[in-house]
Amino acid sequence: MPDYILEARGITKTFPGVKALDGVDLRVRRGETHAVVGENGAGKSTLMMVLTGVYRPDAGQILIGGKPVSFHSHEAAVRQGVAIVYQELSLVPSLSIAENIFTNHQPVNSLGFVRRGELFDRTREYLALFDLDTVLDPAALVRSLSPANQQVVEILKAISTDPAVLIMDEPTSSLTEVEIVRLFENIRRLTARGIACLYISHHLSEIFEIADTVTILRDGRFVCDAAVKDVDEDFLVSNMVGRTIADIYGARPDPASLGPMRFEARGLGRAGVFAGADLRARSGEIVGLAGLVGAGRTELGRAIFGAEPADTGTMLLDGRSIAPRSPRDAIGLGIGYLTEDRKTQGLFLDFPLSANIAANRLKRLSLGPLVSDALVDGAANAAVREYRIASGGQGKAVRNLSGGNQQKVLIAAWIGIEPRLLIVDEPTRGVDVGARSEIYAFLRSLAARGTAIIMISSDLSEILGLSDRIYVMKSGRIAGEIAGADATEESVIALATGAAGGASQ
Amino acid sequence: MKDWFGRVTRQREFMIGALVVGVCIAMTFASPYFLSSGNILALLLGLSVEAIIAVAMTNLMVAGGFDMSVGSIVAFTGAATATLIVAGLPVVIAVLAGLAIGAAVGFFNGFIIGKIGINPFVTTLSSLSLFRGLTLFLTRGKNISGLPDSFKEIGQATVLGIQTPIIIAAVLIIAGDFMLRRFRFFRQSYYIGGNERGARLSGINVDRLKILAYTLTGLFAGLAGIVMTSRLGAASMTAGTGLELRVITAVIIGGASLQGGEGTVFGAFLGSLLMALITNALTLLGVDVYWQTFVIGATLLSAVLIDQVGKKRAQGTVARLPDRSQQK
Repeated sequence: MPDYILEARGITKTFPGVKALDGVDLRVRRGETHAVVGENGAGKSTLMMVLTGVYRPDAGQILIGGKPVSFHSHEAAVRQGVAIVYQELSLVPSLSIAENIFTNHQPVNSLGFVRRGELFDRTREYLALFDLDTVLDPAALVRSLSPANQQVVEILKAISTDPAVLIMDEPTSSLTEVEIVRLFENIRRLTARGIACLYISHHLSEIFEIADTVTILRDGRFVCDAAVKDVDEDFLVSNMVGRTIADIYGARPDPASLGPMRFEARGLGRAGVFAGADLRARSGEIVGLAGLVGAGRTELGRAIFGAEPADTGTMLLDGRSIAPRSPRDAIGLGIGYLTEDRKTQGLFLDFPLSANIAANRLKRLSLGPLVSDALVDGAANAAVREYRIASGGQGKAVRNLSGGNQQKVLIAAWIGIEPRLLIVDEPTRGVDVGARSEIYAFLRSLAARGTAIIMISSDLSEILGLSDRIYVMKSGRIAGEIAGADATEESVIALATGAAGGASQ
Repeated sequence: MKDWFGRVTRQREFMIGALVVGVCIAMTFASPYFLSSGNILALLLGLSVEAIIAVAMTNLMVAGGFDMSVGSIVAFTGAATATLIVAGLPVVIAVLAGLAIGAAVGFFNGFIIGKIGINPFVTTLSSLSLFRGLTLFLTRGKNISGLPDSFKEIGQATVLGIQTPIIIAAVLIIAGDFMLRRFRFFRQSYYIGGNERGARLSGINVDRLKILAYTLTGLFAGLAGIVMTSRLGAASMTAGTGLELRVITAVIIGGASLQGGEGTVFGAFLGSLLMALITNALTLLGVDVYWQTFVIGATLLSAVLIDQVGKKRAQGTVARLPDRSQQK
């Protein structure tokens, strides 16, 4: 009997420009709940992709039950006993519970027809695992189920392949408190049956509730693993965040040197997403907006930008009341928004740098109704020089640039509108450390020219290093405000997770 | 921005242009009749209707849209205009009404696609049947003839020996090509087709422009329907059948793609010209007419295949990670 049901040794995975995993180890015991924690970008998701055969590691070894295995595909990983419950549900809403659970291994007769009786009976057995066999009908369509029950189906689908290890990636993100309690019950039933559960979560409180062991990753490296009962939250946080803050963030300006109030939001809300947000940003100030994924930060930023407008509250820009109903309105007012998702919402990947730089200010780069090639090329050349973008030749599609250079193209485009208020959402996601410090310098110098910047970020060190002031959001509300100079990792995480019990002001 | 239309786009225009010239040279030797003004004018007249529609269809497809209903709009506007004239309306009023009807059908498509969010294929496929059906109702299965000479002038008059449909198409192609290349307004179509969500966040009024692109396509199809009816001297219930596929084929051969973000009006014209030339050549060479459709298909496939290979080479080997957001 081997010690570990699943063991990964020295897993390394490099993407162009990024070393996502660097010699990561993981040791999971049979029937335990094993949490994997780390900041965004620490490599948790990549590690799970490797363990489930989606990515092939460049180096390292995976052992199941002590035997080395190699996954050529996701299907191979499933066959050998690693199953995953995705963060975004992967069910087909228009099919029944039974059909979803047995997607590609439905019981069939010799002619290939599905044996519905057996299919439903076996579905009922699975539902009985969680005492749901009398509540849910195997023939019910998945779209008629609550999110929590859909997740149960998702878990049963994963279990139906009889896995030794079940990976759950942020399983609580769409659940209510009561549903989370039930999920934990279900996880305990599974581990009692000998299935190991690999649990990924940002919510540290959940880890203390459900996990037996925890592995900490940072910047793609293995930091340590420990029994959860032997550690506390401070230990997790300090090991997750780890590094001391170097001066890649530059010096903070004296708060007294900041300009007049540039932007003010009062009681901003959007039904079901966030509510009662009061927010201020002075000219020249970088305001951090921290919080967990799903706390409503991006939604608040997009509401200020008019992408999905707020439905309650008021906003003032330089003392004048504004109500942008679309990004077009917002840009006209001098508000910019750098999206967190540069590939699907930010860049025009098949267009060259010049077209990307021009996208949000075609009017300024036109003479009368005609786009001016000279003005566009001038803006593009200036951006390449000023932001030191390795564009690989003017005509090249930005798809071919590295993550850091792509991000610099977006930054250049948004600084190009000379914004009065710029909202940057995860400005350095997927960007290597070198380009990262350059981006911080660009933001700082933009602020020094008078722009107010709201920086949404899940990267705590970035929030702490760059922000003059920090707002922390939790569950759609601003849970507190901290001066940048006074903030610590612990104080931000405490507000974000609600561990402090109440909001400090 | 020069480079934007450079490389790929210009390569495509060059490639199709070279093919056109090649076919012309070969045909000059192969058939003494080919270079006669009669043959050339007949060829241009034959493609003028689809070329008119291709101008607007290019803008639409650059913006990532697509319209299967243009053939039916041609028939419907032709029949509607003829009906109004026969009912005694002045020709000018009837023609303006016909154009308005074409634009209205386009707006109808655009509204459903842009505002309600139904897929363009399904929406315009429905319109294809809807307006073919209305045409059948309007014509009661018969041609509407007995149109006055003042109306027939639109499609039958000549200027310096050139028929008006050719002149109308040429003017629209030249103006459309310039506008799509240079006007800021139409430049936005490329952004929408390149990345619709990105375009919206860049402050482009995506919904309005999409609806407008469909409306323009309807308007141009309406104009094509009026020109065709006038040229034939009668509205036919079968006018424009299958035209949508010829137009879309021409636009794609000319450098556009169904994903949007690329294409030019001049390219679409070259695509249309190439198809007409091939048909003409096969006829002059006495090749079995039944091969023509096959050859058009082969041309389309070759054009997109060559393009794909060219793009792959230009991009080199880029690692494409599976995109979680699209995995679902």
